[in-house]
Amino acid sequence: MNLWFWILAACVLAYGTKLAGYFVPRSLLKNPRTMHIAGTMTIGLLASLTVVNALGSGQALALDARIGALAAAAIALWLRAPFLVVVIAGAAAAAGLRLLGWG
Amino acid sequence: MFNILNARCGCRPELGRCAGLWLHEGMPQKLLESPAVKVGISISIATGLYGISFGALSAASGFDFWQTMALSLLMFSGGSQFAFIGVVAGGGSGVAAMTAAALLGLRNGIYGMQMNALLMPGRKLKYLQAQLSIDESTATASGQSEPGEQKRGFWTAGIGIYVLWNLFTAVGALAGNALGDPKQWGLDGAAVAAFLALLWPRLKGREPWAIAVACAAATLLAVPFVPPGVPILVAAAVAGVFGWLSHARNDEGLEPDIDPYANRHGEHRSEGEGK
Repeated sequence: MNLWFWILAACVLAYGTKLAGYFVPRSLLKNPRTMHIAGTMTIGLLASLTVVNALGSGQALALDARIGALAAAAIALWLRAPFLVVVIAGAAAAAGLRLLGWG
Repeated sequence: MFNILNARCGCRPELGRCAGLWLHEGMPQKLLESPAVKVGISISIATGLYGISFGALSAASGFDFWQTMALSLLMFSGGSQFAFIGVVAGGGSGVAAMTAAALLGLRNGIYGMQMNALLMPGRKLKYLQAQLSIDESTATASGQSEPGEQKRGFWTAGIGIYVLWNLFTAVGALAGNALGDPKQWGLDGAAVAAFLALLWPRLKGREPWAIAVACAAATLLAVPFVPPGVPILVAAAVAGVFGWLSHARNDEGLEPDIDPYANRHGEHRSEGEGK
């Protein structure tokens, strides 16, 4: 029951965090500098999510099959492959490398 | 916040006409031709399937079926959910699990700000849209330049992932380890590829590259020193400072006026032209 309490508290916090973003005044976001920062932040967040998913392992960095997925995705993108092909290339590279016993 | 910048992109030369003219909601036959819907569906499947690993891992960590489902249905933020069960599985307290999950979920607040400015939801819709404001739905929406496409991208990815993530969480929780490790199917590699694919079209010009490299480096440097999830916030802070400083001297290159789907889905776009 104690665990249930923390689960629900964490869920309330998660939803509250998401919702809070929607109540930041929009006027703040009409400022050109704010919009410019939003552009840089989107790039920053996507870059961060990419590397954290590719190399992060808890509080450590790990070189495993996911780096193969990153490379395969980069090659697919460079060849102008469609989104789904890029995603499949990433999955196939990670699965393939693990099949070969790496990562 | 891109809506103003993108207002002029509503009728881009390469589209021939404004995509919004022929891609309306309520035109289901056209919906599957929408690049944003395609991306949304792809990312929903890739992410949704990964729910199996959460369900299985949660069951293995000692959570019962409904506790596992509560996390997927109510928390609905993959990173936070994995963090929560990870802390408990590692012997951590409930409050520590909650804190880790909350820190990891902070970025969703930033996504909420962005999606509020981009999609302009009505007062009631905000409460629903907030729950769906996660990495993938935000990335799908902000990867689009046309307002209608941004909405379609957000809702396709948001609803698609919500449904599939919960469905596959249940499958994982019930089937346990019978399916084996989802990593053997490369699903974590699919996530990496998806995020890179969303970043890629934005990397045009020197400044976007510099920001991406700086933020990637900041993330990797932060990983060993702060709890999971926080490195992403560090990167957001770096990008914010970068944006604040660069705005003063250079105002070009960062408007998301590039169309990530123009090259890749050109064939579908041209089909749509003139309709």
